[in-house]
Amino acid sequence: MSAIYRNLLGGRSGLIGLAILAGLILLVLPALLDIFRLNLVGKYLTYAFVAVGLVLCWGYGGILSLGQGVFFGLGGYCMAMFLKLEASDPQSTAIQTTPGIPDFMDWNQITALPWFWEPFNNLGFTLLAVLVVPTVFAYLIGLAMFKRRVGGVYFAIITQVIAAIVTILIVGQQGYTGGINGITDLKTLGGWDIRTDSAKYILYYVNALLLLGCILIGRYITTSKFGRLLLAMRDKEDRVRFSGYDVADFKIFVFCVGALFSAIGGAMFTLQVGFMSPSFVGIVPSIEMVIYTAVGGRLSLLGAVYGTLLVNAGKTAFSESFPELWLFLMGGLFIAVVMFFPNGLAGIYEKYIQPYLSLRYFRKRTPSAPPPATAKRSASSSGGLTPSALPGATGRVMKNQES
Amino acid sequence: MFDAYTTAELGNIFVMQGFAGLSLFSVLLLMALGLAIIFGQMGVINMAHGEFMTIGAYTTVMLSTLTEQYAPGFLSYYFFFAIALSFLIAFGIGYLVELGMIRHLYKRPLDTLLATWGLSLIMQQIFRSSFGAREVSATLPDWLMGSWQPVEGMDIPLNGLFVMGLTISVTLGVVLFMFRSRWGLRVRATTQNRIMSGAVGINTTKVDRVTFALGCGLAGIAGAAFTTIASTGPTTGSLYIVDTFLVVVFGGAQSLFGTIASAFSIAQAQSIMEFFMASSMAKVLTLMTIIGILMLRPEGLFSIKVRK
Repeated sequence: MSAIYRNLLGGRSGLIGLAILAGLILLVLPALLDIFRLNLVGKYLTYAFVAVGLVLCWGYGGILSLGQGVFFGLGGYCMAMFLKLEASDPQSTAIQTTPGIPDFMDWNQITALPWFWEPFNNLGFTLLAVLVVPTVFAYLIGLAMFKRRVGGVYFAIITQVIAAIVTILIVGQQGYTGGINGITDLKTLGGWDIRTDSAKYILYYVNALLLLGCILIGRYITTSKFGRLLLAMRDKEDRVRFSGYDVADFKIFVFCVGALFSAIGGAMFTLQVGFMSPSFVGIVPSIEMVIYTAVGGRLSLLGAVYGTLLVNAGKTAFSESFPELWLFLMGGLFIAVVMFFPNGLAGIYEKYIQPYLSLRYFRKRTPSAPPPATAKRSASSSGGLTPSALPGATGRVMKNQES
Repeated sequence: MFDAYTTAELGNIFVMQGFAGLSLFSVLLLMALGLAIIFGQMGVINMAHGEFMTIGAYTTVMLSTLTEQYAPGFLSYYFFFAIALSFLIAFGIGYLVELGMIRHLYKRPLDTLLATWGLSLIMQQIFRSSFGAREVSATLPDWLMGSWQPVEGMDIPLNGLFVMGLTISVTLGVVLFMFRSRWGLRVRATTQNRIMSGAVGINTTKVDRVTFALGCGLAGIAGAAFTTIASTGPTTGSLYIVDTFLVVVFGGAQSLFGTIASAFSIAQAQSIMEFFMASSMAKVLTLMTIIGILMLRPEGLFSIKVRK
């Protein structure tokens, strides 16, 4: 029980933080906003899945992926394919040359449903595909890159190229993917109309709960021994390798988790917004997703959610009233965050607000998440876990538990 | 797929597509040279490199408009001044960017990527606000128009020839600078061992600053050359940035000759394939091949061993 409290919920301060976030997205926002605005927030929260995944990959693992949009898009497209097939039943597509196939296929002179669309008639398969397809894709990329020790900057550039390739493919293969417009006109999920207000409320809550679930999984990963190994790997990869760990496997795992989270976000995006298009897959959206994480704090799972909400709210507000200013602001934000606040909002909170709060309200500082024995160690190395803490007894224990 | 063409036609197609590839190669190489210097020698990822190219392009366009308005007789010669001016302006801005931003980020290469991406967004918006969202093009001197016909059925555009000539001379200049000058010596020394270079009296901060600015200046020249083959818009640079990075990575980041070879093979592969299939598929195939090769040789085609 206490292990759950400590590792999953992050002790007292972690629990409070999680409760505040849950209260905000489950109670306060739905109470304050009308359904149109709430739906927008729901859309932003789907990006937060990507941001949470990036905290794990980038903040903890040191793997900067500039192609998370690919996984977001794959998840979204899998969902959209099912919805599209359901929306194009023979009755409603009777005016087409070939009734019963999606409209964009008909426009592109395709007369039969392609084989890879067939299984998406099945909801169970679709839900599985949302989770499996992007994860397997990430696994293959990770296997190809990390086993060959491609990392850091090179990996960032290669993921960017992959984002470019997938976008070009989607746009180029119009007949199979809907091209630049994407897959639009989605109506029902298993006969349930997703465009009504009540459906939007339900989807918003499903989305929010899934996000909280992902944060819990993320927190479990970061507080486990594996999370410390990730930090060690980020700071001194070679030393971890020399201690006998297969660094590539850990990297592949965390990259896959990031992809899985992004894919869930993508599927929820499709359900809430009602379409999916290549404009959420390419290089530019992928980098924007990185900035959400950077603004929120690359080491903070909760911060990433706030960062996503803030940047997107800013984007919507500014591009409604001053479209020209927005790019300046966005660019300035990139530069400012990187140069002055490398740990984002969470860093500012930890540095300035938390000490004040704990002085004022808690008398003494709340004990931080790790148990006392390790707290001393992590305090002595405030830049991250020192690799010197790894070999020896601790390392062996860790290895036993992981194998 | 070759049945529909006679041998002679096929030969011409290969030469002409090959030449189109050479023009692409020239622009890619001009951009990649600057990037190779910045990324290869300094380890800084400059995502705003495309925007430095756009600076050069806009400089050329503005100079051409000014010449047309105030000194029409000068129109045949202005282009050389445009190249020089593009270099100088991009160099100056690069110098300032290094001074204000990059030098604080040398220890965090992934962060330079994000910060320079932010810079590129700002620069794009500056271009859009000051030059408009429409694409503009420079008035070319007469001697750059038209084409050269060595045999019947084969057209070699003159502007492509000019860009190629320019590329060759700039490349030669860079090679001479890097391998035959004191500055180049200092730059290479700093790359290989920063601390030792400092110890023997090389001002490494200054070397960094000039190297970065030089890379940006080269992008400016690429921009000037770019105006001869296409028109310029605020986002022109960002279209090329990923390709350019790929060229540098594929060639091996520390090797100038690798950059040249990889720019050549990427450009040729793409433009020859483009003739036989949709250009998007040609691009996908090229990119995938490169990723495949990078998987086999993660350090790029020609990598120099550098002590880390």
